[in-house]
Amino acid sequence: MILQIIFLIVALITLASAVMVVVSSNLVHSALWLVAALFGVALIFGLLQAGFLAVVQVVVYIGAIAILIIFAIMLTRRIATDSGPRFNENWSWAAVIAIAIFVVLGWALLSWPGFNIQAQPLDPRTDPLTTLGMALVSPKGFVLPFELASVLLFAALIGAIFIAWERK
Amino acid sequence: MIPLTWYLIFAAALFSIGLYGVLARRNAIAILMGIELMLNAINVNLVAFWRYRTPEAIAGQVFAVIVFATAAAEVAVALALFISIYRRRDTIAADQIDLMKW
Repeated sequence: MILQIIFLIVALITLASAVMVVVSSNLVHSALWLVAALFGVALIFGLLQAGFLAVVQVVVYIGAIAILIIFAIMLTRRIATDSGPRFNENWSWAAVIAIAIFVVLGWALLSWPGFNIQAQPLDPRTDPLTTLGMALVSPKGFVLPFELASVLLFAALIGAIFIAWERK
Repeated sequence: MIPLTWYLIFAAALFSIGLYGVLARRNAIAILMGIELMLNAINVNLVAFWRYRTPEAIAGQVFAVIVFATAAAEVAVALALFISIYRRRDTIAADQIDLMKW
């Protein structure tokens, strides 16, 4: 019961922050609301007993990605507020499409029989974090996607430096 | 206990909000923030399905970790592109970057 109340509060705050990210006219305010929404998602991970992912969410998303976005906003603004409207001329169609997707997803989920299952308690003999760490480096697990992700990050690093390099 | 329902509806709402941001905003960085919201919604789904359907297999969390890495790479490259475009064309409004529009 107390978990349900916590979930509802966190979910409402997260969704409200996400709406503010989308509609806020000041980009810096958008980025700060994005930090709030990402933190809410980290709390949701905590409620799902994925503590490692909650920590990674705070470190990687809030600590790296949100800060990078704020840096880019500061580097690409000459004036305090954006000139021109913040939405393009198709914003009403965008709203229709977004609401339609939500309705279709909700309908598809509600008609799915496995929808109301309850979570089984985790096996206390195995630690999910240990299992995750072993799965990421074991040849029978996910070592190939893990190494590919590192190669992807390295390529993105070099590509970002190359693209943003100011050639004389 | 919280039913799986709530997590999935929450993720669907977050995805729709992000989709609206991607489709409706003019500023390219705001579009990128919408994409981040959508990726987060997908991560919530992956972890919720791991917890409720297959808590003994860890694949859902591994998927979420890969999504984290991909999102970091995507943001780095996209922001470098925006800064490069801003230097040349003095704007990052998505409807004014129409160099390749025929």
